[in-house]
Amino acid sequence: MVFIIIIISAVLVNNYVLVRFLGLCPFIGVSRRMDTSVGMGMAVIFVMTLASVVTWIIQLLVLSPTEYNLLYQVAHLFWKDAKPSDFNLYPLLRTLLFILAIAALVQFIEMFIKKNSKALYDALGIYLPLITTNCAVLGVTVLNSQVFWANAGEGAPLNLSFLKATVQGFAGGVGFMLAMLLMSGIRERLEMAPIPKALKGAPMAFICTALMALAFGGFAGLVSE
Amino acid sequence: MEKRSFFGELVRGIWKDNPTFVLMIGLCPVLAITTSLKNGVGMAFAATFVLVGSNLMISALARFIPDGVRIPCFIVVIAAFTTIVELVTAAYTPELYKELGIFIPLIVVNCIILGRAEAYASKNPIGLSIADGIGEGLGFLLALVIISSIREVLGAGSLWGYQLVRWNEVTAIKPASIMVLPPGAFLLIGLLLGFFAWRKKRKAEKETAQGYAFQEGIVAEIESAERAKEVAKKEKKEEKSEESSGESQA
Repeated sequence: MVFIIIIISAVLVNNYVLVRFLGLCPFIGVSRRMDTSVGMGMAVIFVMTLASVVTWIIQLLVLSPTEYNLLYQVAHLFWKDAKPSDFNLYPLLRTLLFILAIAALVQFIEMFIKKNSKALYDALGIYLPLITTNCAVLGVTVLNSQVFWANAGEGAPLNLSFLKATVQGFAGGVGFMLAMLLMSGIRERLEMAPIPKALKGAPMAFICTALMALAFGGFAGLVSE
Repeated sequence: MEKRSFFGELVRGIWKDNPTFVLMIGLCPVLAITTSLKNGVGMAFAATFVLVGSNLMISALARFIPDGVRIPCFIVVIAAFTTIVELVTAAYTPELYKELGIFIPLIVVNCIILGRAEAYASKNPIGLSIADGIGEGLGFLLALVIISSIREVLGAGSLWGYQLVRWNEVTAIKPASIMVLPPGAFLLIGLLLGFFAWRKKRKAEKETAQGYAFQEGIVAEIESAERAKEVAKKEKKEEKSEESSGESQA
């Protein structure tokens, strides 16, 4: 049940593009045609899910002030009175480690699918480099770390927070793809529509996005937080 | 190559190469946090600090960074400055920190900053890079001030937190709260981008109009000459076809 709520919340109620304003650059830049927006959406789902997993592990092993922190464990070998709370690196290193992890992850995925799956590389390859600077990916990892980690509390089961983070990453990607697909459908029709010359392209796309966001506003009461 | 001055680079970023309205990059924070003027100005200063700092460091370090690992190195520099901003805002302006929320760490992936680092700071001397950073930052500030003041006035009836219109049964003016909600942001940026596109087009038309009187004569001459050629060709063809038809009949 918890997971269903997370999925509905991330796809419809707090859609990453239309409500949270994350990932607007690819949303406007790549949504001109249906097939490219499918490719971009798949790539984002893939990277967002994996990024959620990887950053959760980084937070557990390096950033969090828990006994799982590797730095704490090393220090504990030498000084018996070292405390986990001395190793709260979260505020200091979160941004740096997360963005580096995402950049490395994207690079790694690109190399991996280039070698192993020609079809997948042809479909997603050109979109992968763009994803490093997609703020939806970093956004979902930061949100995960804030929401699920902070609410976990002392002694809460960590594996639940891990699953929640992964599900939120996946659902965020699905929400992004949904918005992209709707937008590309609208824009393919806009090409034929008689609109003022000054509004052609990005301005009209934003105005259509406004209408879409208005429609998505109707989902607002679906999940009570 | 045109000569570049500190001041010229500064002004270029504000208006001609305005990051939001002309280059259309880094739009996520522009739409997300412009619900009030205070937030907009706070965000602009945070981004400007990161932009100037990263431009300075990157233009100083560019020649030591190997080309293959360029982007990760830039990201590390930018992330360091972003963390500074995050810690400082959290310590001194906790309200602003709460309002901007996730968009402070997201300065790292703001296309303006990485874009300027890649396109400008890595190829230019330190002084010009700082000017470029300040200029683009001020351009970003201008865009955020325009958008956030429109949204705050229309959406909440206030500016910088001061109530402009008091609504009661007598005045019966209610703020259009849609403007502070997501759809209002998309609508406003769409209209503003349209306005800037229209301005650009009109300017281009004016410039061509100045050279028009001179060009008009030439264009007319060329056209009439071409028309004469076409007429001549047609006549020739007709003659030929008449001849050939005549021959076949014969």
